[in-house]
Amino acid sequence: MSISLEQVQRVAHLARIAINESEALATQSSLNGIFTLIEQMQAVDTTGVEPMAHAQDVAQRLREDAVSEADRRAAFQAVAPEAEAGLYLVPKVIE
Amino acid sequence: MTQWEVVIGIETHAQLATVSKIFSGASTAFGAEPNTQACAVDLALPGVLPVLNRKAVDCAIRFGLAIGAEVAAKSVFARKNYFYPDLPKGYQISQFELPVVQGGALTVQVGSGDKGYEKTVRLTRAHLEEDAGKSLHEDFHGKSGIDLNRAGTPLLEIVTEPDMRSSDEAVAYARALHALVRWIGICDGNMQEGSFRCDANVSVRPKGQAEFGTRREIKNLNSFRFLKEAIDYEVHWQINEIEEGRKIQQATVLFDPDTGETRTMRTKEDAHDYRYFPDPDLLPLVIERAWVERVRGELPELPAQKRARFAGELGLSAYDAATLTASQEIADFYESTVTVAGKANAKPCANWVMVDLAARLNKEGREIGQSPVSAGQLGGLILRIADNTVSNAIAKKVFEALWNGEGASADEIIEKQGLKQITDSGAIEKLVDEVLAANAPNVAEYRAGKEKAFNALVGQVMKAAKGKANPQQVNELLKAKLAG
Repeated sequence: MSISLEQVQRVAHLARIAINESEALATQSSLNGIFTLIEQMQAVDTTGVEPMAHAQDVAQRLREDAVSEADRRAAFQAVAPEAEAGLYLVPKVIE
Repeated sequence: MTQWEVVIGIETHAQLATVSKIFSGASTAFGAEPNTQACAVDLALPGVLPVLNRKAVDCAIRFGLAIGAEVAAKSVFARKNYFYPDLPKGYQISQFELPVVQGGALTVQVGSGDKGYEKTVRLTRAHLEEDAGKSLHEDFHGKSGIDLNRAGTPLLEIVTEPDMRSSDEAVAYARALHALVRWIGICDGNMQEGSFRCDANVSVRPKGQAEFGTRREIKNLNSFRFLKEAIDYEVHWQINEIEEGRKIQQATVLFDPDTGETRTMRTKEDAHDYRYFPDPDLLPLVIERAWVERVRGELPELPAQKRARFAGELGLSAYDAATLTASQEIADFYESTVTVAGKANAKPCANWVMVDLAARLNKEGREIGQSPVSAGQLGGLILRIADNTVSNAIAKKVFEALWNGEGASADEIIEKQGLKQITDSGAIEKLVDEVLAANAPNVAEYRAGKEKAFNALVGQVMKAAKGKANPQQVNELLKAKLAG
């Protein structure tokens, strides 16, 4: 399996990472190296082995449903690029 | 002419009734000042980690059990990646390959009377996820304002199989689901506040065709009326497109309640590629059997069980049983009414709650919980109809008096206002004689074969009795006298 230059550019776009043609080519080559490794791993017979969702074989800890966070809006908005009327302001987006 | 079949699947986002967020300890209370309930985790500040809310999982288990689904012993949280300013992390934590609730079904009553039928809608899955924040696009000198209070609010996304075949079935399902999540206490069901919102996947195909047509998804329908209108419009539009030789393109559309039309938001070409992968910040969610069993023990009698009991034990029709289990409040009111009036009066109790009381509540825009007439008072009134103390017509007057607080009980009002039915046949006979003597033309008409004249005579007797004469006795006596 290998990844096309087009696919590299698409993934870069989805991740909002601007890359030029030469960076795209370099990335394609690195990614294809990774895919080669994956291919080798896929050759291993894993019949009957349950896939792991996490590198550590432990379960999620849970917290009780209680409000523990106070309002710290002023502190958070002090470091935001722009805020008004309690809202964070961002360049206009309309889908 | 091609016969078209409509195919609908529904995805519902139900906001879970927790006091704190799914992965942080910020409050979920509705209506707070912007961003006062958005903590470092909700804002995705560097270095924060999500910690799962036990109550949110509890709600998912409750739901799974209520629809007879499999509650997964192990489920996995995944990142759904997309960029939008109201999603500070750049991904939404959701579940993808291994959701917490798998399968299940909901059986709903569609329509009433002869046309009514039961429909079973299969559920594919239900998974836990976090809500996004809110973008406000106006009044910020060319910028968008972001409120992250809603970011991280726990949601259960409930997905059906494409089992519904009309907008009526879709609405019946959505209503039953809405009733169920409130019934088991996992969601407040407030649609105005966005606590319960539906997306409808709609396609059409020629009747008899096995493959599904291309579907379009109508997003964010926040009322049952919009759900119906949007589907009806969409079905009509799709059939028209196909009949005019065009192909349906897979798309996401929005419903505009003002025009009653749907419009395309995005097509398949620019559909999101979410690049799901397991969230390394969260370990698998493991639910021990004992937890599931404990939740099972805490579940109330469910709507379906109650419906079956109302139909079996109380002899109600499927439609009545479904209507009276539309919400826990209605079911409780009905059961309390029957407790007072007795099981023998289960059917009149159903009629009073579903027809008279419902109409009166509707007129004033009240919920059953705010009814001025209590279940006990209504049950007491129904007892007096059953034992012939009052006729149905007079009972409506007594009901109105109870509604207006003119007395504490039906008995008190009947006594105080002298509404007791006249069942003394001597007294009724006297009234009948008077009416016959005074209405000779009607008598002649009746004898000439005009049935209508009989009703006029009954009316006259009832009028003379101020509505209090037992109607059956009046009928019988009149018939006997006229025949004589």
